[in-house]
Amino acid sequence: MEMTPSKTKQYIKEALKDDHLRTAVDKATQTALHKREDKVDQIPYWEDLRFKAYAVKQDVIEHLDQYLEEFEKNCKQNGIHVHWAADTEEAQKIIFDLVKEKNVKTIVKSKSLTTEEIHLNKFLIDKGIETLETDLGEYIVQLMDQIPSHLTAPALHLTRQDIGKLFQEKLGADYTEDPEELLQIARKKLRQKFLAADMGISGVNFAIADSGSFCVVENEANAHLTVSLPRIHLAVMGIEKLLPDKGALPVFLKLLAPSATGQKATSYVNFIGGPSSEKYNEGPKEVHILLLDNSRSKILADSRLRETLFCIRCGACLNICPVYQQVGGHAYGWVYMGPIGSTLIPQYLGLVEGKYAPFASSLCGACYEVCPVRINIPHHLLKLRNKVVEAGQSMKGEKMGIAVWAFLAKHPMLYRFATWFPAQLQKLLPGEMAFPAPGYAKERAIGRFDPKGFRKKLFKLEKDSKKSSE
Amino acid sequence: MKVALFIPCLSEHMFAESAISMIKVLKHLGIEYEYVEGQTCCGQPAFNSGYRKEVVPLAERFIKLFKDKEFVVAPSGSCTAMVRIFYHELEIRDELKPALNDLSKRMYELTEFLVDVAKIDGIGGSFAHRVTYHDSCHLTRELGVREQPRKLIHSIKDIDFVEMEKSDICCGFGGTFSYKFSELSTSMVARKCKYIEESGAEYVIGADSSCLMNIDGYLRKHNMKARAMHIADLLAKSLNL
Repeated sequence: MEMTPSKTKQYIKEALKDDHLRTAVDKATQTALHKREDKVDQIPYWEDLRFKAYAVKQDVIEHLDQYLEEFEKNCKQNGIHVHWAADTEEAQKIIFDLVKEKNVKTIVKSKSLTTEEIHLNKFLIDKGIETLETDLGEYIVQLMDQIPSHLTAPALHLTRQDIGKLFQEKLGADYTEDPEELLQIARKKLRQKFLAADMGISGVNFAIADSGSFCVVENEANAHLTVSLPRIHLAVMGIEKLLPDKGALPVFLKLLAPSATGQKATSYVNFIGGPSSEKYNEGPKEVHILLLDNSRSKILADSRLRETLFCIRCGACLNICPVYQQVGGHAYGWVYMGPIGSTLIPQYLGLVEGKYAPFASSLCGACYEVCPVRINIPHHLLKLRNKVVEAGQSMKGEKMGIAVWAFLAKHPMLYRFATWFPAQLQKLLPGEMAFPAPGYAKERAIGRFDPKGFRKKLFKLEKDSKKSSE
Repeated sequence: MKVALFIPCLSEHMFAESAISMIKVLKHLGIEYEYVEGQTCCGQPAFNSGYRKEVVPLAERFIKLFKDKEFVVAPSGSCTAMVRIFYHELEIRDELKPALNDLSKRMYELTEFLVDVAKIDGIGGSFAHRVTYHDSCHLTRELGVREQPRKLIHSIKDIDFVEMEKSDICCGFGGTFSYKFSELSTSMVARKCKYIEESGAEYVIGADSSCLMNIDGYLRKHNMKARAMHIADLLAKSLNL
């Protein structure tokens, strides 16, 4: 299903009418929030960790060129093949060339948003390569031909009844809504695929520059099988995912699990430091890593906005967001959604396709409070709104209106008249007619202007108090 | 101690009574005030809509008008945050920057000023009603003001204060957001009002007129029991001012 953030207004309207979706999203986000809060409360040095993580990311992003070179050098030393891709097209070509060269017929994948970004599943399947998601949530959305609706919980928008029906329809399973039985159905289907696959494709949570290794964090052990069973492992990584050294890793692991799933630690942390050695003969014969730019260096170039590259994709900002809670992730129309997605959409896709994203927020700032790496998302949304306006993509007529308003506001007498006028009009007409705001007024009574206004009242107050003191 | 009042647009034209209440309370507490003539808008609506260049002259006007005042106090968290936080993101003329830095240290939202600067521990009045408090977003998360308004409310005799569920979740106003994404904004305010109603409060107290307008508009349209009230009005009423 092709989606685009340029249709976000339409998606939002549709989502708001979908009570089934809203119940599922509300329930899932509330559960996630409670679990997060519970775990964060148990970590007294949580705020210290956030500051530390910020400092690490700042260093990495500001010296990314050096860290990337260091990482590449160390990967090669460890026998990992390193590929560089500037954009989606290049990434797809590199991957397909590799698939052809190595005679790969079937692929298993563990959860990776970066591969969603380059539409890898569709691309490979169209080329006739069997490509299967193995994370349960990803498997479900793949069966539904959808994109994930959450950064860490791809099928968050679905209930277990939805999933029961899906498995019945697509896999011919007997209907059940028992989570354990559903899991067993998927597991049975997937286990054979793991054993038969020629290649495993994973994402990367954190890559470590000074050791040329990386890790993949997960709960289902599907990533463990993906990176260890097939003869080739390909990891796809956005270039911002680097950490300088091993020492930084605990900071991020401690932040990620509570923020993402409300766990103290994830069930599995897979470390990949190279292909199987002759001595032990365990793991894939070949390990490849593809480093993807895809607009990241462009984002990095803007010092005011590069903080948005600090994101570790935990999804906490989605769960806390009162907008996300109402509409879910598909309403944003892209693989990165919620508050952080709204900052990334216009930066990755441009100010035309992404022009609505920074505005679909009430700027409440709850996201910043929970962000484990302290990305000031509401401030970045404001900067991006400015960019949209500067690019001439604002609402029709708005610029003119703002210009008139700004002129009036520089002239107090005129400004007072301009605001006095609707008050007089409102005396004659009902609020809705004097102050037309159809969408707003549909479910809300329009506020009444005070016909006297503050200044008149102030003068009266001062006159009265003078009188009484005389 | 003398404060210069900044009366934001909504306070001037829709909630003039709340601004008057603020003055009455200040007077009652023996705090001198002055109204600076020539003030208009801080520029927040345009800034939040992405228009920065257009806001610069307004910000510069504001800085010049208020730069020599000992304290500037506003009955609004979001307008205070606009000056204190967001003016620094604008391309203000260099010669005005020191004045802005200085002004940022002396500009306060009302409850913050009363508790943190004027060191008012209690208000002493009485208000025998059940009330709850809405944490407005900018006041809470940009300025970090959570306890000050609660402290003032708790000091009122006979008041039945209850915390509603998620008191700091956004009411969905968001300025032009409520117009551009009106359905979304509506579903957010509906949820806020559900929490207010569940608290059983007769009044939902807040420190930002914009949220209160939004919330009150929904409560009225849907014939819900509670009414929105600015904290300045609550303090003035409790003191029979």
